[in-house]
Amino acid sequence: MTTRRLTMAQAISEAIGQEMERNPDVFVMGEDVGAYGGIFGATGGLFNKFGGQRIIDTPISETAFIGAAIGAAAEGMRPIAELMFVDFFGVCMDEIYNHLAKNTYMAGGNIKLPVVLTTGIGGGYSDAAQHSQCLYATFAHVPGLKVVVPSNAYDAKGLMTSAIRDDNPVLYMFHKGIMGLPWMAFFEGSTTEVPEESYTLPFGVARVARQGRDLTIVTLSQMMQKSLLAAEELAKAGVDVEVLDLRTLVPLDREAIAASVAKTGRLLVADEDYLSFGLSGEVAAVVAERLDRITLKAPVRRLAVPDVPIPYSRPLEMTVIPQVNHIVTAAQELMKARTATAVAV
Amino acid sequence: MPTRDQLEWMFEMMVRIRDYEETMAKVYLEGKLPPHIQKGLAFDIGAGAIPGEMHLAAGQEPVAVGVCVHLRQDDTVVGTHRPHHFAIAKGVPMPEMTAEIYGKVTGLGRGKGGHMHLFDPVHKFSCSGIIGASLPPACGAALASKLRGRDSIAVSFFGEGATNQGAFHESLNLAALWKLPVVFVCEDNKWAISVPKSASTAIPSNADRAAAYGMPGVLVEHNDAVEVCEAAAEAVARARRGEGPTLIEVKTDRYLGHFQGDPEIYRPKGEVAELRKNDPIPRLAAQLRDAGMAQADQDALVARVKQEVADAYRFAQTSAYPAPDEALQHVFV
Repeated sequence: MTTRRLTMAQAISEAIGQEMERNPDVFVMGEDVGAYGGIFGATGGLFNKFGGQRIIDTPISETAFIGAAIGAAAEGMRPIAELMFVDFFGVCMDEIYNHLAKNTYMAGGNIKLPVVLTTGIGGGYSDAAQHSQCLYATFAHVPGLKVVVPSNAYDAKGLMTSAIRDDNPVLYMFHKGIMGLPWMAFFEGSTTEVPEESYTLPFGVARVARQGRDLTIVTLSQMMQKSLLAAEELAKAGVDVEVLDLRTLVPLDREAIAASVAKTGRLLVADEDYLSFGLSGEVAAVVAERLDRITLKAPVRRLAVPDVPIPYSRPLEMTVIPQVNHIVTAAQELMKARTATAVAV
Repeated sequence: MPTRDQLEWMFEMMVRIRDYEETMAKVYLEGKLPPHIQKGLAFDIGAGAIPGEMHLAAGQEPVAVGVCVHLRQDDTVVGTHRPHHFAIAKGVPMPEMTAEIYGKVTGLGRGKGGHMHLFDPVHKFSCSGIIGASLPPACGAALASKLRGRDSIAVSFFGEGATNQGAFHESLNLAALWKLPVVFVCEDNKWAISVPKSASTAIPSNADRAAAYGMPGVLVEHNDAVEVCEAAAEAVARARRGEGPTLIEVKTDRYLGHFQGDPEIYRPKGEVAELRKNDPIPRLAAQLRDAGMAQADQDALVARVKQEVADAYRFAQTSAYPAPDEALQHVFV
């Protein structure tokens, strides 16, 4: 199998292109997806290859074109609709959470909606409160949407191929700071060897990105890259960290979380979404519900955005979005913490 | 025809805005280019003293000044993600605005909002990073004025790309239905990032869409402060008289990228150079001299305004950052 190093953006557009060649029902629409190639490069090169009939620039009319993706999908097409920033989904939320997510269920399974919604997520470059959110948990919370959040180019390609072939709505969320754009700093671990051939990766299967004995970091997306860097630092301090990359939130690989935490006895969730009512709470609940077979050595620890909008000013943003040093500190504190039971024993 | 005072006010504002935006284009690049950034990058949007996206309005000054010349401090203006020209023309103080853009604690929002999210309740200005977001709150400000029996009005500025948003159509209908004192001003700079108007909008002029909502629609054909001023005079007066909304579309010119660092691969080569030949500022300067302003007085005005702009930047540069724990404040009041 031939591989080359691709950025995550290149891997995503390659997967879309290969599926478009394979299936004439696949097409792309969205804002600046054509000649521009997508603001974050996810459709780079596709316009030249497939033309404006299948790579369609839309007006700034999200309710119309995401609604149209639903309608086209119901007719058997396989639309990929891109909406630049996840923060912008508010303007067309009704199409997403009342129709895309629910029509299949309300039709008793008689309607298939193979739509892939793609969007950029994440902060770290001072784009402020309306352009820096992750919000994956908001969409994972609504039944009926699969949610894919890749951390690197290899996964991104295989997961995109699976997303396009899936007969259900898939929200595919790429963090801007791992796309490998020429105009934004990124975590280089996200640029990986990627096979030229088409391949799929199954949803709901987390990946152990680093094996360790002392502590499990459950994470995803850009935070996965930060966690690996933190794990290297922690290794120097004698802490052996296991990093679990969730890859998809819906479906969520609960058993992988449970298995890893059962092994290490310590859980740190490293998340870039908001703290409360979200991913980190869900992961903690997975462990809490399995305490009959998991022995925790320390209370669960969560790192996430502390329930504030993302501030613009750099020192403020660097405070609220967990950074590598925050992960290191939290892990070190977790190594010193003890559960009440453990103390009693 | 505008009065001599109006001409001078508009000229001064245009000079101020242009100098502000051109200064921003320069300082914004500091620290964002090799060798100061990650190896392999051509540009790093998150680096430098002013990180993040930067949308500049050089070329679009006539829209802001031609409308705001008719406004009072108690009138409300809601702008866009490209907001500096509107903010300056509405009287938002440049030092505090600049400090906000630098993320400093002396900024309008203590550094929390940044360049797309400027809030000045004293001068009644706000803006948003979301396309089409300026119309509904302008209707709300106009409704508040009407309910309180005042003659203050509201102005919503938005780009031609926003006119295909539901918020545009819903707001026009609401404002016309309730006869709200609001003026809707579309700045048609021809580009919604990379998508030209012809590829996004089914008809050439958004002014024609006003008819669907039973309000006057006015097309200003040239990027010219006097033409905008004349169109806005009637729209503002109509709103103050309680006769309801007007939709104005102005054909204007975006000299710079959608954002600074935009490669603009979609834009025909030489388009901007051609546009700059017809720059609205020298034209207005000549009209002002015809109206009796001496060249020496104009030069003095320009020098004074440029000093103000420099002072605003210095204020921002020398201000402190907020303390990190400020990040947790102001979610609620």
